[in-house]
Amino acid sequence: MYRRERSILLRGSAAALSNNLSVLQLPDRDLRHFGVVHGPSAQILSSAPEGVPLAQRQLQVKVGVGVSPPLITQVHWCVFPFRVLLVLTSHQRIQMYESDGSLMVYWHALDSGDSSSAQAMFARGIAASVHFICVGTWSGRILVFDIPAKGPNIVLSEELAGHQTPITDIATERAQGQDGVADMVTADDSGVLCVWRSGTTFTLLTRIPGFGVPCPSVQLWQGIVAAGYGNGQVRLYDATTGTLHVQISAHARTICALDLAPEVGKLLSAAEDTFVHIWKLNRNPESGSIEVEHYHGECISDTQLCGARFCDPSGSSFAVTGYDLAEILRFSSV
Amino acid sequence: MSVRTLPLLFLNLGGEMLYVLDQRLRAQNIPGDKARKDEWTEVDRKRVLNDIISTMFNRKFMEELFKPQDLYSKKALRTVYDRLAHASIMRLNQASMDKLYDLMTMAFKYQVLLCPRPKDVLLVTFNHLDSIKGFIQDSPTILHQVDETSRQLTEIYGNLSAGEFQMIRQTLLTFFQDLHIRVSTFLKDKVQNSNGRFVLPVSGPVPWGTEVPGVIRLFNDKGEEVKKTEFKHGGNYVAAQKEGSFELYGDRVLKLGTNMYSVNRPVETHMSTTSKNLASRTQENIAPNPLAKEELNFLARLMGGMEIKKMSGPEPGFRLNLFTTDEEEEHAALSRPEELSYEVINIQATQDQQRNEELARIMGEFEITEQPEITEQSTSKGDDLLAMMDRL
Repeated sequence: MYRRERSILLRGSAAALSNNLSVLQLPDRDLRHFGVVHGPSAQILSSAPEGVPLAQRQLQVKVGVGVSPPLITQVHWCVFPFRVLLVLTSHQRIQMYESDGSLMVYWHALDSGDSSSAQAMFARGIAASVHFICVGTWSGRILVFDIPAKGPNIVLSEELAGHQTPITDIATERAQGQDGVADMVTADDSGVLCVWRSGTTFTLLTRIPGFGVPCPSVQLWQGIVAAGYGNGQVRLYDATTGTLHVQISAHARTICALDLAPEVGKLLSAAEDTFVHIWKLNRNPESGSIEVEHYHGECISDTQLCGARFCDPSGSSFAVTGYDLAEILRFSSV
Repeated sequence: MSVRTLPLLFLNLGGEMLYVLDQRLRAQNIPGDKARKDEWTEVDRKRVLNDIISTMFNRKFMEELFKPQDLYSKKALRTVYDRLAHASIMRLNQASMDKLYDLMTMAFKYQVLLCPRPKDVLLVTFNHLDSIKGFIQDSPTILHQVDETSRQLTEIYGNLSAGEFQMIRQTLLTFFQDLHIRVSTFLKDKVQNSNGRFVLPVSGPVPWGTEVPGVIRLFNDKGEEVKKTEFKHGGNYVAAQKEGSFELYGDRVLKLGTNMYSVNRPVETHMSTTSKNLASRTQENIAPNPLAKEELNFLARLMGGMEIKKMSGPEPGFRLNLFTTDEEEEHAALSRPEELSYEVINIQATQDQQRNEELARIMGEFEITEQPEITEQSTSKGDDLLAMMDRL
């Protein structure tokens, strides 16, 4: 159902991090932007549909002369109706760039506060909601930045507490005019999920308990929370009530990335077991219950996957990255 | 980047180093009564292992190692092992040491990559420590040192969460990223591909706590399972039988980190046809790695190039060549690519105030009386450890 397309070569191999691939789909142009973390640097590049890289850029966090740059934890494009920003998280700073990575518009230094030296400080988990960018941290707090329509006047507007362990991932969904609807979900290292309603102040709606296994990746679609866990499970919860509806023994190793194709409700799961699976989600119109079916499976031999994303909103193409692999592998439906 | 990574990295690489040295020393063993003065005997082998292990597990050194800290640079860590390998009467030159370090790093990279759960890297470490205890079972003092380290590991790592272990594993994998040296043992076992990447199996037991993939369960609002369907995952997994023991002594279940060079794996001394083919294939690679051309086993006949080397000290040092002949060793040294060069850090006198304080502190811990005007340089983070090892 999906066929392997030409790979996009990278300058450096992908680091062993969860969610280590970001894809920016620009609807007006037939161009894709990809972002991959190598280690102390991240590479962003744009590519035509046939996989030919057009422009590329290396990003680093420069903290001082003679000091080696800190490791980057994630790069992610935050898409607003009015603006697109590229956000980079690392072990020292959060940096925000114009969408092509050419200009850094804002940075925020992480503050170790009173935490002990036994814990490394870092930011991880990035998502856009309304006019906010939310970024997770090692302490479990979520930083909310207020993003103006243009310019560098970005302000840290709120800090959300709800997690006790490092944040792993954040997912958001644009609420369709409904008030009080859950539009953000955050996940952490202990597998706890928090469901939020964004706004001038963010409200914690539900807290879904963990079970001692990290939740490296999370997605939100039509009030369904999809969570991928360290034991290879994918779980689907009702975002409003936090009720578990579906549990899939999906992979034999930790899941590294989930993604959703919002137009069709396809869920992509990628894991360190070298497999990628695509699931079709559905909400039964009569009972309201959540249903799922296995749609496609793919083995990427000898590749410990670290990132996976759909490349279009209908889920007809996707791309994956693997640890130690200096290319982005692409697949599209036939 | 986890600040809890260094002890695991150091102990596992050290364990791999001891495996290689032990096997090469055994292979070259001459019965004590027949050996000339310049030949290795069983007594010498034990002495080398004893000396290295007691250096490695020195209490103060371990204390320093277990403090939360970033990873040392590759170069610094390489230097640590250089020092460690020379803690006894054995001498390795640069090319043989490089070869040894390549073997150690690729072996541990393989183990980290294949670890079923991130937490299992601790079982890999226990496997190494268990074997090390076997090497020194006749020396109760050293055995006690190693047991002490096992206890420390349990104390510090026993309660870490799965998330923290995941970060430790990611830090280790970052350390080993882009390292694709081909090892003949791995190539022969078909666990490494000719491009230097490891084979990731899609069969066998799933990690402890993971279900065999292939099942979808649906629940109603009351949390009751209402439907169970199956899908084809594509792998061929079976359930895990039991969890390995994280106790001081116990069945680790996991085999990663045990001695892969043991009895039933004889030392290879001849270059096989396959290895020739592999060598020629390497040259076709886009980024050739000249070192990979030298097949591990035919190059690494530990005792092959042994010769007496008069040391300046009161005792002669035994030179150990990891290559078949001196010529090969020399060639390897010359043909090693720049990017793989470790260039051992030299520790010399310097006047770095900040570092002096730090070193003075560490030296104090070692309770070594030092002439006050002699100080040591720290060109990078690793030197603190190196300085200590100098004094062991």
